[in-house]
Amino acid sequence: MASGFETTAEDYIAHHLVNATFGRFPDGHERAGEWGFASSGSEAEAMGFMAIHVDSMGWSIGLAIFFMYFFRRVAVSAAANPAAIPTGLRNVVEALIDFIEGMVKSVFKHPDLSYVAPMALTIFVWVFFMNLMDLVPVDLVPYIAQYGLGIEYMKIVPSTDPNITMGLALSVFTLIIFFSIRQKGLGGFLAEISFHPFGKWLLPFNLALEVVGLLAKPVSLGLRLFGNLFSAEMIFILIATMYTGLVIGLLGGLLQFAWAVFHILVVPLQAFIFMVLSVVYLTQAFDEGEAH
Amino acid sequence: MNINLTLFGQMIAFFFFVWFCMRMVWPPIVAAMVARQEQIAEGLETADRAKKDLDLAQKRAMDELKKARVEAAEIIEQARKRSAQMVEEAQRDARAEGERLKQAATADVEQELRRARETLRAEVSALAVVGAERILERSVDAQSHAEMLDRLVADL
Repeated sequence: MASGFETTAEDYIAHHLVNATFGRFPDGHERAGEWGFASSGSEAEAMGFMAIHVDSMGWSIGLAIFFMYFFRRVAVSAAANPAAIPTGLRNVVEALIDFIEGMVKSVFKHPDLSYVAPMALTIFVWVFFMNLMDLVPVDLVPYIAQYGLGIEYMKIVPSTDPNITMGLALSVFTLIIFFSIRQKGLGGFLAEISFHPFGKWLLPFNLALEVVGLLAKPVSLGLRLFGNLFSAEMIFILIATMYTGLVIGLLGGLLQFAWAVFHILVVPLQAFIFMVLSVVYLTQAFDEGEAH
Repeated sequence: MNINLTLFGQMIAFFFFVWFCMRMVWPPIVAAMVARQEQIAEGLETADRAKKDLDLAQKRAMDELKKARVEAAEIIEQARKRSAQMVEEAQRDARAEGERLKQAATADVEQELRRARETLRAEVSALAVVGAERILERSVDAQSHAEMLDRLVADL
């Protein structure tokens, strides 16, 4: 337990589960109506919807900018000299794009890949990097933030924040609705969710079934990622509470390492699942009148 | 762990980064990859064609070589025939020349012989006349005894 003034494991865990929350203080608070950083977990809780997790947001956008910067650099050099023999970073990015393109092509059978493939690339790499933050030792960045920068709370794994994963899932959901309506027309889209699977005489039943099916997509997408990463992070935190004595501490270190090795598998796998499911859902949005 | 504005923040970020990737990242890289693919395909095709050309040229060269060899053999054969012919001709010429020379020599010899015989005959007749004169102690009238002398000469 790196943080000095948390005395119990309970406090330690609770501390690790609070985001750096910037929001409007609720009624009854001494600074009610004002905006500011929550100084405790319960305060953050009380802020309700009018708050933003600065750490999740910052790490999420920061990571996206980080990899987009490299992608853009490769894109610029590729545009300047398309036939050059690729080296280093460009090889990596091109291999990745090749992989994503093959993946998308095997699922998404429409000729126009210009929306879905870049989306798949963005999702995969972004989720991958967000998950990868889980491999940073749990106390490292929060410790630096707390004692170096004076930031009380700091969660560095954006995909353990349901706001982030559900944000991604709802964005994909928005795209599903958008492309469904664009491809089939509003009437076609409504017809699809109304006259399927039991014909027009059971319209309310169909509607209930299809709407639930439709809503299940983003919920399962977002919660799967959140659940996997949150539980993995939780285990890292729980193992970290073992750092109390020499023997148990060493055992804890070993367990941390073992879990991290296992987690190497989870990081790309969850990113891949999120991407593939997004592509599958969008394929369904593009497909017209197919049988479920 | 409450749902709050972060959700919308993330959605806005998502749409921005997807848009960025769609506009600024994906198309140039894919275009470059396609361009390179085409270039590689072209290169392979060119190499293939060059190999085919080389094979063809080698075959042609081999053919030319074979033809040249055949021609050379023909020329040598011709030359051999020609030389044999020339030798034969020379031999024939030489033989004819020898024959001719021999004949000329024979003719010369005969002519010489005849001439010697004439001379001898004339001398013998003169000698016979002188002898007869000595024997008869008088001069033989050459004119009156010409007939006789001629007969003598012819007998010799």
